[in-house]
Amino acid sequence: MQDIIAILRDYGLLLAIGQFPEGPIGGLALTLILALSGLLLSFPLSVLIGVGRISPNPAVARLAAAFVSVVRALPLLMLIFWAYFIVPLIIGQTVSGLTTVIVALVVYETAYLAEVVRAAILALPKGQVEASRSLGLSYVQTMKDIILPQALFNAIPSILNQFISLVKNTSVAYIISVDELTYAAYQVNAQLLTKPVEVYVILAATYFIICFSLNRLVKLVERRIHTSRQAPIAAEAAA
Amino acid sequence: MTLDFAAILTPQYTQWMLSGAMTSLALFASAWVLAFLTASLLVAIGSAPFRPAQFTVATFVEYHRNIPMLVQIFVWYFAMPQLLPDAWTTWINAHNSEFIFALIALFLNSAAYMSEDMRSGLRSLPREQMEAGRALGLSYLQTMRDVLLPQAIRAALPPLINQSLALFKATSLAMAIGVAEMTYASRQVENETYRTFETFAIASAFYVTLSFAIMALGAWVDRRNQKAAGH
Amino acid sequence: MIVFENVDKWYGTYHALNNVNETIGKGEVVVICGPSGSGKSTLIRTVNRLEPIQKGRITIDGRDVNGADVNVNALRSGIGFVFQQFNLFPHLSVVRNVMLAPMRVHKVPEKTARETAMDLLDKVGLAHKADEFPPRLSGGQQQRVAIARALAMKPPVMLFDEPTSALDPELVGEVLNVMKQLASEGMTMLCVTHEMGFAREVADRVIFMDGGAVLERAAPEDFFQRPQHPRARKFVADIRH
Ligand SMILES: Nc1ncnc2c1ncn2[C@@H]1O[C@H](COP(=O)(O)OP(=O)(O)OP(=O)(O)O)[C@@H](O)[C@H]1O
Ligand SMILES: [Mg+2]
Repeated sequence: MQDIIAILRDYGLLLAIGQFPEGPIGGLALTLILALSGLLLSFPLSVLIGVGRISPNPAVARLAAAFVSVVRALPLLMLIFWAYFIVPLIIGQTVSGLTTVIVALVVYETAYLAEVVRAAILALPKGQVEASRSLGLSYVQTMKDIILPQALFNAIPSILNQFISLVKNTSVAYIISVDELTYAAYQVNAQLLTKPVEVYVILAATYFIICFSLNRLVKLVERRIHTSRQAPIAAEAAA
Repeated sequence: MTLDFAAILTPQYTQWMLSGAMTSLALFASAWVLAFLTASLLVAIGSAPFRPAQFTVATFVEYHRNIPMLVQIFVWYFAMPQLLPDAWTTWINAHNSEFIFALIALFLNSAAYMSEDMRSGLRSLPREQMEAGRALGLSYLQTMRDVLLPQAIRAALPPLINQSLALFKATSLAMAIGVAEMTYASRQVENETYRTFETFAIASAFYVTLSFAIMALGAWVDRRNQKAAGH
Repeated sequence: MIVFENVDKWYGTYHALNNVNETIGKGEVVVICGPSGSGKSTLIRTVNRLEPIQKGRITIDGRDVNGADVNVNALRSGIGFVFQQFNLFPHLSVVRNVMLAPMRVHKVPEKTARETAMDLLDKVGLAHKADEFPPRLSGGQQQRVAIARALAMKPPVMLFDEPTSALDPELVGEVLNVMKQLASEGMTMLCVTHEMGFAREVADRVIFMDGGAVLERAAPEDFFQRPQHPRARKFVADIRH
């Protein structure tokens, strides 16, 4: 315990924010930045792919399904290696490890989030589309005004779960030496040499606290959404 | 860009990749079996009417669900040797310690998820099943093994297959501690040949083939379940 | 005027509509009845192209509903459709439910759309619920909002698919009253319903369907007093208990 406190005193800041503000931001802060940007960037893409999966146009549906299956079939590490190789080919210049990891995370997350979006849409009553189309709204208007607002609201807990999985997945950035939390801890361990137990307890505990709290938050949100759907029914019964 | 698969299909590199593939498969298969057994055990312990047992299982599950797989591997590889008895550490170090620690981390993690899948499968069963088993004179464990678990496993099969896919993909993380599985091997070949596209294409083909097989199994089970639910 | 000419429809190999020929005149109120699975919903859903047909022709005022040149959204916006399950949009307030289509399809300015919506809600007796959300309304109230929503597009034709079947008995009347008022204003209406009272009071004609075919058409009084076809006789006996 003493050792842990000593390590936190000497390296806590490094683990929290890396070299910042003198150098690049790193550590836990970078982990959260990676996860958040992964979620924000993959969200619009996943809505497109998720809607594409159930498109009435079979070519679009098949293409979206193929994307989802192939990405889900590959380990995140392979996607990182592919991104390392392909992104420079596309934009014509070398890119940082950070960019590589973000691209890989976004592609990976898009596939999973797209399935969340698709499931949320399919869970809505069929009558919603029929009512909207019967009023003369187009397919796109129906998606935008009727289906997605409901589906995405219902999907909030699943989306938050995806964020938790993203937080954990960012640790894989370690492999290409991006200075997020896991890599930072690895470096601290390499400097100290004799305190692996303490360092990895700190590392594991940090992830645990974050993910565990987020999990609790998801449960809370789930209950909120559940009651927001139950209340009207109760009101109707009372009426 | 011209493709040249011949450059990486020399006997040497082919050997690396093949051995990488075998290692991945060995890691996956052994971790799966151990995870499945451990998960069954966890479910049995966790459903015992004894608070400390439930708490222990819940803690085990929460630990593994809230920490990245890679960090769990590191904990086993870097930290655990300090905590284990010296004799054990010596033995493990003499027997491919990377593989063993990766295996332990992978199967424990998978066991946690699988036990949750099985537990929700169990919860979906009517309570009377246990009573019916006990009423027939079966012991608690016998009822668990012969009556509840088989049914729960059927209900839990779809998420279990998903978890198997996650486990298979997670074997690639073992490269981080130097296990020469497929991802590691492909990176090695790529380092030597600079044939990035060809090497990664072969490694990806390996993962996609196996993952698709697992997904196909999942789709088949879903179809069967739907049929069973239909009538 | 809605005209069905030799209309056939299949779901896969299942023959759901069998050579339907029917004409619904302007301002006419026609009630469709028949046993469950007889094809009533299918028939009215072909009118606004919720279901495609494989043979024959459906025209509204001479225009082929399934014609290649027909814009399906424009077509549907001119046909009001009321569902058994109401299908209100639960994430939009009552008044927003009514305003949505005019604003999106006819690009009506928000202010005008709101005024029209409030008039219509007033007409169905629900102006005071304008800012409520649909799941908080009773079934009968929801269905009246659904009717107002359909009317907001000023359709010359209204289709009803068992609008009162999902309602508790004591809520049926309020919905039927709105429908009766519409009929008295000269709306062309095609209603799938088993409400005998409504049919007798309002309908010009009753169509009886079974097995995807129209087996009988008659004035309401005749149909309920003297059904001709054996299956119509059995059906009328059944709904009288
Ligand atoms: N999408 C579909 N695919 C296949 N068969 C369908 C489909 N929709 C309806 N059917 C079948 O077509 C037949 C007619 O259905 P329809 O819904 O038109 O009957 P209905 O007269 O409205 O019955 P109800 O009074 O129960 O509403 C039924 O046998 C039904 O099972
Ligand atoms: Mg029907």
